[in-house]
Amino acid sequence: MKRFLYELGESWKIAAAQMRSNLTRSTLTALGVIIGIIAVTLMGTAVNGISIGFDKSMAVLGDDVLYVTQWPWKPVDDWWNYRDRKKIKTEYAETLNRMIAATPNSNLVVAVPTSNFMRSIKYGGNQVNNVFVLGTTSDFIITSTIDCTAGRFFNELESRDGANVVVIGYDVADALFPSENPIDKSVLINGQLFKVIGVNTRQGTFLGLFSWDSMVAMPLGAFNKYFSAKSESDVRVKVKDKTRLADAKDELIGLMRRVRGLPPEKKDDFSINEQQAFKSTLDPVKNSIAIAGLFITGLSLFVGAIGIMNITFVSVKERTKEIGTRKALGARRRTILLQFLIESTALCLLGGFIGLVLAFLMCFLIGKAAPSFPIHFSLGLVMASVIVSAMTGLVSGFAPAWSASRLDPVAALRYE
Amino acid sequence: METRNSIRPPGPVVIDIENITKEYVMGEEVVRALRGVSLQIRRNEYLAIMGPSGSGKSTLMNMLGCLDTPSAGRYEFNGKNVAEMDDDELAAVRNREIGFVFQTFNLLPRSTSLRNVELPLIYAGINPDRRVERAAQVLADVGLGDRIHHKPNELSGGQRQRVAIARALVNGPSIILADEPTGNLDSKTGEEIMELFENLYQHGNTIILVTHERDIAAHARRTVHLRDGLIEMDHVGFIAELDMPLAR
Repeated sequence: MKRFLYELGESWKIAAAQMRSNLTRSTLTALGVIIGIIAVTLMGTAVNGISIGFDKSMAVLGDDVLYVTQWPWKPVDDWWNYRDRKKIKTEYAETLNRMIAATPNSNLVVAVPTSNFMRSIKYGGNQVNNVFVLGTTSDFIITSTIDCTAGRFFNELESRDGANVVVIGYDVADALFPSENPIDKSVLINGQLFKVIGVNTRQGTFLGLFSWDSMVAMPLGAFNKYFSAKSESDVRVKVKDKTRLADAKDELIGLMRRVRGLPPEKKDDFSINEQQAFKSTLDPVKNSIAIAGLFITGLSLFVGAIGIMNITFVSVKERTKEIGTRKALGARRRTILLQFLIESTALCLLGGFIGLVLAFLMCFLIGKAAPSFPIHFSLGLVMASVIVSAMTGLVSGFAPAWSASRLDPVAALRYE
Repeated sequence: METRNSIRPPGPVVIDIENITKEYVMGEEVVRALRGVSLQIRRNEYLAIMGPSGSGKSTLMNMLGCLDTPSAGRYEFNGKNVAEMDDDELAAVRNREIGFVFQTFNLLPRSTSLRNVELPLIYAGINPDRRVERAAQVLADVGLGDRIHHKPNELSGGQRQRVAIARALVNGPSIILADEPTGNLDSKTGEEIMELFENLYQHGNTIILVTHERDIAAHARRTVHLRDGLIEMDHVGFIAELDMPLAR
């Protein structure tokens, strides 16, 4: 064991000396690994970023909220069965709330109606198009992770009265009020004036998926007054205990059947959705992006590995006589194998380390230049890169190191 | 000069070879490099192996140095059967029992004298402190106490060969196996190296020289002459005592 450690120490020294004396060659070879590691690491940060972006968008939906909608949140083949369903009405929320209150030990907390419509919104000379305008009640904050940086969400009174007040998303506020405090200013939506009473905390956008940043929320009463014509509505219901989501879902289905007055033989004419449904649709997409991306970038690392293998073969050939001498002095096969493996691994680790630092800098710059670009550097990624570069060194160095360890000492000593 | 020409009494048998043969396949042809060689070498002998090229001299040296194993025959090194050892066992024997001195010195060019001499100790698993101490000591013994941090390219040919000899001695081997040790040196430096071998012999080392130069073999106390893979002559005593001119 001790002897192994001494041999290991010796091998590191030789590897370092070897790299120093063949500086150009080592640098060029390491460059292949550097590029490979940069590619793989950047892809890793992108995959990480995409995954986090997905999760963030999912979090907007809430993992303890059920959504009553006309269409299910998953792709359907028999769309005609859903097309003719009755629309979900905002009034259902009130009925559901009465039923929930009347049910002892209900798994449900509260039902909140939402209606939405795309509209442009103006303030002074500034205008934002295609803003997601949401009409809802003051209970909305119970079902959502929404949070105000400035001001507040509308209260029960404003909600009941259908007051002309709005809570605006971060990006909307940014676009309309670049240098002003939006609170208490009046914005124009569809020709109506609304007073801004709150601005949401920035959430960040991701691939155009749900984000509160480009949204405007107002009391349902006000919404219905001006936009009810073609709006889409649904009802979201907060669940008491998210570990018992299935029970809650069953209960909600029962309540909705009562609301719709369905006889037992009829099928449900509504859909109950949850975050999970989206996840199971999006996860395969996420995973294929990750697999394809890592495979393609992995190819560049593979090219780097071939470079390492090549240079290790050259190194073995050049130092045949040295190998012979070492064997004559008592180096065993294992010693020689270890020596060349460590040389290739050291080279790869060095390349991996440099690549990692460069990738980190690039990530930092990309993050500065394009904050919305989904990249995320993590400690796990750093460790994975180090392990991958070490493995690359071991794998690509193995064939040459093995051939070196098998050299016949007599032939090696005679080699010129 | 009394001691210089004295023959020290040999000790117990170190190398015991009986009827070994070695055959190589070169292309279509089978080359019989050794055709049945028997030889006993005792501790503290000073032996020269001579012979023209193609006589099997190098093959016998590789055999004695445990770099290669015979095709047939018996080879015992300090009573251990070497002929049937695997690569790693042979490596261990080379490390501990045999000190190699090469014609071309075979030093690691980028390492200092000290590091070169340390190498066999690393393979023997000696701890770093003792390694440095021992290597420095042996380098001082061969007269290079002030050159331990020099690299081979900063040393003269004679000094390089001294480093190589120190490396051969550092593990306290049973035999020193020197293959044309003066072949790459001028005659004056060569004599200095031969003096060092003489000194080692007087201090109880076993020395086997492989050479084709009679002047070099003249230092040995016993000469084995090979021809066509067989021992042609085994003379105990200085070769100068022989009248017979040896064929090259």
